[in-house]
Amino acid sequence: MSDRFAKLAALDPEEVITHSFVRDVPISGGKTLALITLDNGKDHTRPNTLGPKTMLALGEVLDELTARAAAGEIAGVAITGKPFIFAAGADLSRVNDIPDRETGLLMGQLGHLVLGKLSELGVPSFVFVNGLALGGGVEIALNADYRTIDSSVSAFALPEVFLGLIPGWGGSWLLPNLIGIENALKVIIENPLKNNRMLAAPAVLELGIVDAMFGPATFLEDSIAWADRVTHGAKVKRPREPGKLERAVKWDIAIGIAEKTLEERIGRVAHAPYRALELLRAAKNTTKKVGFEAEDGALADLIAGDQFRASMYAFNLVQKRAKRPAGAPDASLARPVTKVGIVGAGLMARQLAVLFARRLQVPVVITDLDQAHVDSGVEAIRADIHKLLDDGRISPDESNRLKALVTGTTNKGDFADCDWVIEAIFEELEAKQNVFAEVETHVSAETILATNTSSLSVEQIGAKLAHPDRVVGFHFFNPVAVMPLVEVVRTPSTSEESLSTAMVTAAALRKNAVIAKDAPGFVVNRVLAKILSEAMHAVDTGTPFEVVEESTREFGLPMTPFELLELVGITVAAHVLDVHHEAFPDRYFASENLHKLAEVGHVFERGSKGRIKGIDPKVTAIVAGGKTPLTAPELRQRIEDGLADEIHRMLEAEVVAAAEDIDLCLILGAGYPFQMGGVTPYLDRVDASERAFGDTFHHPVIRGVR
Amino acid sequence: MATSNEIVFVDGVRTPFGRAGEKGMYWNTRADDLIVKAMIGLLERNPRIPLESYDDVAIAAATQQGDQGLTIGRTASLLAGLPRSVPGYAIDRMCAGAMTSVTTIAGAIAFGAYDLGIAGGVEHMGHHPMGSGADPNPRFLAEKLVSTDALSMGATAERIHDRFPHLTKERADEYALRSQQKAAAAYEAGKIQPDLIPVAIRTDSGWGLATRDEALRPDTTLEVLATLKTPFRPHGRITAGNSSGLNDGATASIIASAEAARSFGLAPKMRLVSFAFAGVEPEVMGIGPVPSTEKALRKAGLSIDDIGLFELNEAFAVQVLSLLDHFGIADDDPRVNLWGGAIAMGHPLAASGVRLMIQLAAQFAEHPEVRYGLTAMCVGLGQGGSVIWENPHFDGKAVRA
Repeated sequence: MSDRFAKLAALDPEEVITHSFVRDVPISGGKTLALITLDNGKDHTRPNTLGPKTMLALGEVLDELTARAAAGEIAGVAITGKPFIFAAGADLSRVNDIPDRETGLLMGQLGHLVLGKLSELGVPSFVFVNGLALGGGVEIALNADYRTIDSSVSAFALPEVFLGLIPGWGGSWLLPNLIGIENALKVIIENPLKNNRMLAAPAVLELGIVDAMFGPATFLEDSIAWADRVTHGAKVKRPREPGKLERAVKWDIAIGIAEKTLEERIGRVAHAPYRALELLRAAKNTTKKVGFEAEDGALADLIAGDQFRASMYAFNLVQKRAKRPAGAPDASLARPVTKVGIVGAGLMARQLAVLFARRLQVPVVITDLDQAHVDSGVEAIRADIHKLLDDGRISPDESNRLKALVTGTTNKGDFADCDWVIEAIFEELEAKQNVFAEVETHVSAETILATNTSSLSVEQIGAKLAHPDRVVGFHFFNPVAVMPLVEVVRTPSTSEESLSTAMVTAAALRKNAVIAKDAPGFVVNRVLAKILSEAMHAVDTGTPFEVVEESTREFGLPMTPFELLELVGITVAAHVLDVHHEAFPDRYFASENLHKLAEVGHVFERGSKGRIKGIDPKVTAIVAGGKTPLTAPELRQRIEDGLADEIHRMLEAEVVAAAEDIDLCLILGAGYPFQMGGVTPYLDRVDASERAFGDTFHHPVIRGVR
Repeated sequence: MATSNEIVFVDGVRTPFGRAGEKGMYWNTRADDLIVKAMIGLLERNPRIPLESYDDVAIAAATQQGDQGLTIGRTASLLAGLPRSVPGYAIDRMCAGAMTSVTTIAGAIAFGAYDLGIAGGVEHMGHHPMGSGADPNPRFLAEKLVSTDALSMGATAERIHDRFPHLTKERADEYALRSQQKAAAAYEAGKIQPDLIPVAIRTDSGWGLATRDEALRPDTTLEVLATLKTPFRPHGRITAGNSSGLNDGATASIIASAEAARSFGLAPKMRLVSFAFAGVEPEVMGIGPVPSTEKALRKAGLSIDDIGLFELNEAFAVQVLSLLDHFGIADDDPRVNLWGGAIAMGHPLAASGVRLMIQLAAQFAEHPEVRYGLTAMCVGLGQGGSVIWENPHFDGKAVRA
């Protein structure tokens, strides 16, 4: 066995091997259960992973147990994990080293060969899912005859599609045949695409993935006792197992609905979800052998492809770089934030108040010009907090605590003991300058003054201050509670202490912060404005809206340019574009028409449920008259090259530390897809970078193999 | 208004007892997890009792630190999934901890304050060696309040041999051998297993399951016992073979008023007759059960001849022999420790008292001809504890031969 997979095993000479320890456990009737423990010898922060050597060793253990079963020495085999961890799936740390499609193929084949043994032991096999189980870890369980789960398990998922793969060790065939097609679609496709949503144990049981659930205090003891009863003939019911009717009728319909939903949500660009869909479709009436072979082929194709490499790059950005932001000063420099002031009582200010109160658990004072605005602001904030209580997200005590933390005032003197004041008033430079200047007369010299501006110069906002070193930009994305990104903007005068305080505060708010220079649009808006600029320019010069919409289809973005325009609000977007045109007149087009569209307020005609029916004729009329229309491919290349050029300029000007930070911002702040790797891996692989600046963002370029 | 109640022992369970130390099966298992698993096992096999009806939880540990600290009765209750409305506390009377948990809960029920409670004990002597962290007052030695021997249990046992020269090492070894043989036979006959709660154990080579006591030595012989070292004195009498070992384990029981047991439809396994604790010189702590038993008998209005079954904790063979000798009972009297004792099964200090009761209760069920039984044990620093129980299965017919 090991000869065939030698090439695969050689990939990672430093594989952290997860051992398969076997101990005999006495069960009733004088019988023996062989209990395998998966344990890599590290603590729970380094989960068990399933590299090639690990899998080969597990295969040997299962062969020995098959022989013992034949000799009548054991009545069953069970597998469990180390404390808090069952297994986190294939080891993806060396995936960039996979040199060719064939090696990827071997990866699938090895998994199938080893895990397939779990149904050929000659005695029943059990998996006791005692902790985190992801991907290949879940597939170990699926390949066994029976499964139990610890009721405290909170991370159980097949995240492959999220990463650009498919469950390729049996999951794609076994799961629908265990729990039915609709449930399998949810676990294999729907959840991964909901930002990799995981299942908690009760849902795993409810879906029919496991046969029994036991409490954590005696999970292993109860699981062994349960396996004991099953070994002695106790019947296990599987009500979710698909019957003839489901296969004949429901299966294809469910696949059809899923495909349509998928197309509407993410388009047809991403390969993995559609490959998964094909496998699930075929699982209806293929044998396990054929199903497993289909998984091998799909897995090999995807591992070798561009999208998976870009996805792994993106995954590592979100998992690692987001947690250690580039350029962040030592956290020990940060000043404690024990009270927060918020200038403004509008929609954004209210969202900020709830976030700061909930995450920092310190008093939050909001202020506005007149008492009526303040009162309605505080009332709205308390109503938002009450909603958290109604939704069961916080306890009554917590709700009382948070409501008591939020107060309002018209007197900025009440900011005197605030360590952090953030303004969220309308986007007008002089107004913001005056607000900060006034606040400065009341607060200490160290109090951080943060601005949530999206388009103004942070340095200018602080221009009237005696202590401009305390000013930072702190740019949230809407909706504040949901979007994980904050752009932390440093000006030339921002002190290390102020920057550190901003970074530590962002982390305490559970946001991912990226440090940006004080340049127009910072990161996300500058990139999005570039696309908007090209899109409006194309429309202004005679390209039909539909063609513009088509031009970005191949990116696989969550929204077309004009859908995004409507979401942001056309007035706001027009202002953002103006700011960029002013700053970079030769690269960002002004668009008079955009301001006219703002007066209309929308681009699309929509049906009763908000479904887009087409472009509003009023809108088409406004932009009529252009003489030089582009085709979709022409415009796409313009956008790609424009993006490559602009991002290259941003890096030259050191707006952020590296291309990785641009991608991170786009993934977290604009929902750019993993399969693009944010944007720069995509721009490299379609040669836009070469065309724009004669080089690539990444060396080597992030792309697949043959 | 509080009223006086009759007390019953409803049920009791324990974990298998492990050998203390790095090589022992519970080295990677927390002490609180041991008592929690025992409690969960106890609660699950008594499903008729609604969890919120337990009035209190008393759990003993001799060393109340680390994984045995933080008011173990309360922490264990929370960890075992009892409702937060159920209170809990910690007990310490060294080796008689669990026994004191039982008598303390019983006292509260007798007074009418409680209807029902959980009483048990835990000792992880691997994590908490005997006396670890203790800081004896220097006056003990300076004022000769006790001799240095009083703090070494093995030394106190040697002094019982000194006091009673006719209780020889040979008699102690023979007693120890019988304990091992009786325990082996009891396991063989399946007498012990029904009240054991299996415990999953983590080792460096994977998970296993503890299903029997680890320290049993069914194959030992008098010859082997004769050759063992006497660590407490050169040419002494006390060896690892005729003493209980250092062990990890937990026990738990349900103690109720007879009224509460009736209302929940429970069949009590024993009825409490009387209990007593007594003090002796710390240097010969092993004879403590003699005065405590005399006192308990007196309170019960019984004589030693009324006791049909004895469950005596075998801290040391000689210490059991001293009690038997005092009451004129033969070393090999079949009423005594029918299924072996702590020399074979182990003695996780504060857990042991309830083990005696578990075994007496099981024997009562098999011996309806017996009316009364005694559980008794010695306690460090010179104490003894005795509890006399009545057999609800007693039929008044057969008379012992």
